[in-house]
Amino acid sequence: MERDREPLTRRRVLQGVGTGFIGMMPVPAWAQETFDFKVPGGPSVRPITTSFPEKGRMILQRTSPPWLETPFDIYDKSVITPNNQHYVSWHWATYPEEINVDTFRLAVRGEVDKTLSLSLKDIQDLPQFEIVAVNQCAGNSRMLMVPRVAGAQWWLGGLSNAKWTGVRLKDVLDLAGVKAGAIQVRFGGLDEPVLPDGPKFMKSVTIDHARDGEVMIAYGMNGEQLPMLNGFPLRLVVPGWSGVYWVKMLNDIEVLSKPDTNYWTSTGYRVPDVPNHTVKPGDKGFRLVPATGNVPRSFITNVHDGDKLKVGAETLVRGIAFGGDCGVARVDASIDGGKSWQSTKLGPDEGKYSLRQWQAQLTLPAAGARTLMVRCTNTAGLAQPGFPVWNPSGYLYNTVESIHVIAT
Amino acid sequence: MLRILLSTAVFLGFMTSCPVGATSIKLKSTKVEYPTSDVMFPGDGADAINNNCLACHSADHVLYQPLLSRENWAEVVHKMVTAYKAPISPDDEKQIVEYLAKTKSIPDR
Repeated sequence: MERDREPLTRRRVLQGVGTGFIGMMPVPAWAQETFDFKVPGGPSVRPITTSFPEKGRMILQRTSPPWLETPFDIYDKSVITPNNQHYVSWHWATYPEEINVDTFRLAVRGEVDKTLSLSLKDIQDLPQFEIVAVNQCAGNSRMLMVPRVAGAQWWLGGLSNAKWTGVRLKDVLDLAGVKAGAIQVRFGGLDEPVLPDGPKFMKSVTIDHARDGEVMIAYGMNGEQLPMLNGFPLRLVVPGWSGVYWVKMLNDIEVLSKPDTNYWTSTGYRVPDVPNHTVKPGDKGFRLVPATGNVPRSFITNVHDGDKLKVGAETLVRGIAFGGDCGVARVDASIDGGKSWQSTKLGPDEGKYSLRQWQAQLTLPAAGARTLMVRCTNTAGLAQPGFPVWNPSGYLYNTVESIHVIAT
Repeated sequence: MLRILLSTAVFLGFMTSCPVGATSIKLKSTKVEYPTSDVMFPGDGADAINNNCLACHSADHVLYQPLLSRENWAEVVHKMVTAYKAPISPDDEKQIVEYLAKTKSIPDR
């Protein structure tokens, strides 16, 4: 499907007119509203944009291909991210602006008994499957790595949560009949490289993972069809794994009998194979492995840096957490910068891959500056580390967050 | 039961479910227009970066990057050639690194 080439004048152009786009604060003059991450080491202010189709207020990290960050304030309102504020990330700028639901087809091919070309109706006729799962970019919070590293400068909002409706990948593979020699399944979408020799964006998982009954093909997101920018009409959902695997505008499933050698599977998205994926800048000699499962994270959503809290009075503090590639076991909070911890009360369980709310009544005993912290431990016993997570490509950051408040 | 009710009450006002029915979702053909950017890299020495880089990504991609060392910038630009097969001439590559080192660099330590 060729992206239509309309004249630029008809297209909404995010202009850089004015002097605002020079120097350290490259915020264009058109920006009515901005957001300041207040992170040192580079430009920290971004425009808030409402210019993207089917999207509401988003933090603009890149216009084309879009990187749109979910504004942090929404995490205090719901564990489900509204579709129009679900974060957006594309690798290549060539992907369709138009999808016809009658002519769209999903191919299933390779090491299968029967090559398939499935219509959306064929897919919707299969048994329906639903799961609530966090979609988080492997590079979420790259902006918080010290020293800073190149890449999408996500702050906290390269993370969204939705109830996905669709079909199990296993059921689709069974329709085609997987041959005995199959070892991996590779997924491709309608996005194409801009450069003639550039590597098409594709990702693979093992055949066992593909058939685990949780990996699914979603046609619905919170009860509606997916926004185009989130992968309409079909998106792979790999619960517990980072968003790079969640191939958007999915139209090609290839069952492989040999390991996938394409760039994105064999070379891109690599982390050091060490605890917490954390090394020192300049370190060598560690093995690089693919970034796969999410790691536990938690955030305070109703108290912010610089807030004043009343001394000696109970303050309701709440937020969100997720276990990563398994459920949330507990969330603990600290009012003394991590010296001591107290347990918090968990909200309703929407499934082990979902965001989960937590809340606690915290009392600050004396006046002065205080550091609030929150720490998630997942059901596998893995807790967020208190030390700074760092690796050369800026993946899987999950250091315990700190909020600096003043008790008065 | 009382305990469950209380726990629900505590979290009242915090929407956790979404309007999903058991019925399937009706899919509709969709046509949209994605915004573009006309932002160019400003100042002297910007020709190579403007000519080579904007084919794949808008300028804000680069302008929002952190300050990096010249060595880091050289690695980032070279990755565009080796990983993504950007047809950048060695001379242009040098000029792009020069521009980034001049405009978005941390001082040498």
